[in-house]
Amino acid sequence: MTLPPCYTNPEPDEAPNEDQPLDPTRRTFVIGSAVATAAAFVSPMLGAAPPPATPPKSDPNAMPVVLDVNGKRHELRLDPRTTLLDALREHLDLTGTKKGCDQGACGACTVLVDGKRINSCMTLAVMNSGKPITTVEGLASNGHLHPVQAAFIRNDGFQCGYCTSGQICSAVALLREGHTHSDDEIREWMSGNICRCGAYLGIVAAIREAANARV
Amino acid sequence: MHAFDYVRAKDLGGAVSSGSRPAAKFVAGGTNLIDLMKSEVERPAHLVDINALPLASIERVSGGIRIGALARMTDVALHPLVKQGFPVISQALLASASPQLRNMASIGGNLMQRTRCMYFRELTFAPCNKREPGSGCAAMDGENRLHAVLGTSSSCIATHPSDLAVALAALDAVITLHGRDGDRKVLATDFHLLPGNTPNIEHALRHGEVITSVFVPDAAHAKHSSYLKVRDRSEFEFALASAAVGLDVASGTIRNARVALGGVGTKPWRSREAERVLTGKPPSEETFRAAAEAALEGATPREQNRFKIELAKRTLVRSLADLAGGAA
Repeated sequence: MTLPPCYTNPEPDEAPNEDQPLDPTRRTFVIGSAVATAAAFVSPMLGAAPPPATPPKSDPNAMPVVLDVNGKRHELRLDPRTTLLDALREHLDLTGTKKGCDQGACGACTVLVDGKRINSCMTLAVMNSGKPITTVEGLASNGHLHPVQAAFIRNDGFQCGYCTSGQICSAVALLREGHTHSDDEIREWMSGNICRCGAYLGIVAAIREAANARV
Repeated sequence: MHAFDYVRAKDLGGAVSSGSRPAAKFVAGGTNLIDLMKSEVERPAHLVDINALPLASIERVSGGIRIGALARMTDVALHPLVKQGFPVISQALLASASPQLRNMASIGGNLMQRTRCMYFRELTFAPCNKREPGSGCAAMDGENRLHAVLGTSSSCIATHPSDLAVALAALDAVITLHGRDGDRKVLATDFHLLPGNTPNIEHALRHGEVITSVFVPDAAHAKHSSYLKVRDRSEFEFALASAAVGLDVASGTIRNARVALGGVGTKPWRSREAERVLTGKPPSEETFRAAAEAALEGATPREQNRFKIELAKRTLVRSLADLAGGAA
């Protein structure tokens, strides 16, 4: 499979170069910038006192949860209120899965559990203990994008990108389900994924292309 | 979300005993309950996860099919037994929610889902007789375009949101419940209750009871059935009006008819009045129109939902005409 031009092969096993820190993710960059900005304003007033070292609090409601995500087993202790979405993002730092509406209406949080697409915001992490979970981070293999990921890039299947990981996870499941015989069928079976930018033309084209490539 | 303790039930007996505790709730798919727990409309103290119970099979039994309460909407919708013998059930399920939610949501949970009335779903709207009995109904003179015109009371005009329940009401389905005293059976048409003065009491399920399965009897009108759903957008939306219809036509005469409406009633709305009009008549536009008039007789609109009466009639006429056309 030809990779799109913007794609560079990662070297997952390569040791990080000490002289050149790894690129920060957008998330750590944004959070870091916000903290730096806040500190610039706040520290003169507080006399730049170092933050008190608080020991991590143990949650009395926490219970053991085993999350098997992208082939990796994570043993966690979580408050049972934690949704699968929040466990992925806040506890495992897998922030590819997005929180949009947080009420099952937008599909940005779509992941695969037992190979089926679901809304990770509408289920508790503890309810998914031990089940195989695939997130957008787990779709590429051996340095190659999943064909659906590559098709989204080739067909401009996004604008801002916020819904994209959900769209892609949903589309990966859709291809397996086989509801891709026409553009109308693709639209119907992708109705659980909303794109506020309105990149639907590219999304449908990407899924059509990926489906045709499978045949 | 309020704190709760989480228990995984290992068998039916354990589920009933955990679920019988005060403020206990069962969870299967969670697509409705967890949503309402986030907004704190639902505040269970104990959450009993019943997903490990062996209640997910879909099988042929004597005289019909039995659908396990934990079968997922997708699996039921696409099952050959359902598609062939009960197309209205398959179509109603596929017209519901989104592919993701259909993979999660169970059949039992679908029947137990709460209304989408926004005044019920948002604590910021104080009055809601369903949520806080006696507090009043904000929908009565508020935003009520999406509300019910059939089965309403002065306490509540919220619609029942399920499409599946409409199909099951049409097909004389029987729901099996399991509690401390063993199994009991309730007709689908008796499972959901009219609001009356107690809109907070929505169904026949007793506290601690679990829905274990749904039986749907074989019938010619079940095999020749369909679901038509009219909504504000073509996918992933609740019904403004819907019709579950089944017809058994022979020699140009309707021998048996089944009619239930969704989106317009405070419960899944079986219309025996419409069925009486259809039975023994030729399947014609005139017959269908008369049936629709009978089905909506006595409908009581509020300010914004008067359109639903004519919309429901047209939905029913079109669904019957499409189905009869398919038989010819």
